[in-house]
Amino acid sequence: MSDANIEVLRLEALRKTYNPGLPNATEVLHGIDLRIGRSDFAALVGPSGSGKSTLLNLIGLLDKPSSGELYLRGQPTSGMDDAGLTALRGSAIGFVFQFHHLIQAFTAIDNVLMPLMLARGKPCAQDVQRAQDLLAAVGLKKYADAKPNQLSGGQQQRVAIARALVTEPALLLADEPTGNLDTHTASEVFELFRLFNRERGCAILLVTHDPRLAPMCDRNINLVDGYIVSDTKN
Amino acid sequence: MRLLRSLWTEWILAMGFLREGRAQSVMIMIGVAVGVAVIVFVTALIQGLQANIIERTLGTQAHIRLLSSDEVNVLLPAPAGTQLLVQEDKRAQRLRSINNWQQISATLDQLPNLTAVSPVVSGPAFVRRGEALESVALVGIDLTRYQQIIPLQRYVVSGQLRVGADDVVIGKLLADDLGVRVGSKLRLDTGQQNSAVVNIAGIFELGVRELDSRFVYLDLRQAQSLLGLPGGVTVIELTVANIFEADVIAAQIERLTSLNAESWIETNAQLMNALTAQSLSTNMIIVFVAISVAFGIASVLSVSVVQRTREIGILRATGATREQILKVFLIQGAVFGLCGSFIGIAVSYALVWVFNTLGPGLFYIPLSKTLVSLSLLLATLTGVLAAAVPSRRASRLDPVVAIRYV
Repeated sequence: MSDANIEVLRLEALRKTYNPGLPNATEVLHGIDLRIGRSDFAALVGPSGSGKSTLLNLIGLLDKPSSGELYLRGQPTSGMDDAGLTALRGSAIGFVFQFHHLIQAFTAIDNVLMPLMLARGKPCAQDVQRAQDLLAAVGLKKYADAKPNQLSGGQQQRVAIARALVTEPALLLADEPTGNLDTHTASEVFELFRLFNRERGCAILLVTHDPRLAPMCDRNINLVDGYIVSDTKN
Repeated sequence: MRLLRSLWTEWILAMGFLREGRAQSVMIMIGVAVGVAVIVFVTALIQGLQANIIERTLGTQAHIRLLSSDEVNVLLPAPAGTQLLVQEDKRAQRLRSINNWQQISATLDQLPNLTAVSPVVSGPAFVRRGEALESVALVGIDLTRYQQIIPLQRYVVSGQLRVGADDVVIGKLLADDLGVRVGSKLRLDTGQQNSAVVNIAGIFELGVRELDSRFVYLDLRQAQSLLGLPGGVTVIELTVANIFEADVIAAQIERLTSLNAESWIETNAQLMNALTAQSLSTNMIIVFVAISVAFGIASVLSVSVVQRTREIGILRATGATREQILKVFLIQGAVFGLCGSFIGIAVSYALVWVFNTLGPGLFYIPLSKTLVSLSLLLATLTGVLAAAVPSRRASRLDPVVAIRYV
């Protein structure tokens, strides 16, 4: 890893077991070691059931590993409590989900502002400006006051991307972000990721099934049955 | 204000959720409103009714009456080694003055929890007019002091309220029985070789048969001389600030003066019983209505938590803490309580107005500010408490599971 590519995430011997101690205990991840740098634009690929989503949840601090250590921006996370994890997640990580998951009761701009409001309360003018800029960057300047149900699937996903980026996270996690979009919209969304990775220096980790998407990323991490079987640069 | 600012985001989220589930929100608020309206109206109704009953009862009697203790036989102790067998007749209680009543009355004037002190001399007499003879109760009063106990002026139906210089005021039924009116003369006879001819200055109607057919109010001094108790009084009548403490105050005064103190609570035990039972049933209604309102709020919020599982997951993923999620739902509960009770109070104002202006007019229902603000507070608190269980569940949702919830 070059100097310019500062480490954002490091996994050391990360394991995850579901139902530990029970007869139906299953280890899903068998000691994952992984480093992701600031300029990385990586795709996490693998067949279903390989543990991709589990790994993504662990990286996103939504779930806790059974053993091993996860460093986010150099900070070990195993000893942190729920409040600490929530705060770190809020500031360091952005999420984009497959089903564009916006809060239906709020307008596009409020959805984009939500992570800031949750972290700091009432947004200041600067925050609002940043949210507007992000909406403009994803091409939705006109739709700031639209409710999610007035937007198309692709538009909603772009709002979700703007929301994920509003806290200027070090790492953006996307779980099948183009999963239920048509080809054209999917490539538009993909280009946005590319743009933010380049211009804002935000590391991106995509989980995808899409055979066309993975080769377009800089790096492919292949997960099979809870092991990383290959990690290649394209 | 700082609290409000720190809750800003939670407030915005709660309001957004409430607005989105508009139909649900409106329905549960109506539910709360009905509950609050019932509670406020029933409470006000019972308060009005009880105040009316108490005023009717206490409007014509003192809260506490002080009497001298009964005379008893004093037995000489038997010498040691002998047993005393006594067949005793209780002594007849003659009309007697309270010892030292001036001093006692002056002392009572100083007590802060008494609002009026009025020494009275009362005893039996006959009144005669021509062939007609009626037994009456003479009540000798100091008019200004006595008016603070019973506002006689309010009950005068003809003539003037004036005692002294052979002027008396008598009850309406007595006047009817004797066929007298204001200005007529009566002969009062106490059987103590004392009699006087008095002039009827006024006629009152207290609305209590016993009093209206027997009471003759006259000047304290004239009554003293007619009853053969010069300078004495037989009863000291008192009123207290808080009528429900009358029995406690009576006990205190009994210890203080070693006189017999009878409170209205003792002499109207049946009434007190009825009032207590009434209050009990009102409280039962309040508690059960409040419980059903609480369950209504809790069930609506439980459904809402399930419906919003995925959104809760997203919020958690975008940096919401467990506490923030908890507060979002607690606020919704509080808003249900507060808004519902605003509507409910408006409704109960309308009900009370209808009752007071169009109702049977038997009594007036007051709607006190205390009751209104208390029910607002209680409803809001109930909302928060009812929201506790669903809110807790919302805050404990596992974000990983919640996000995938469909």
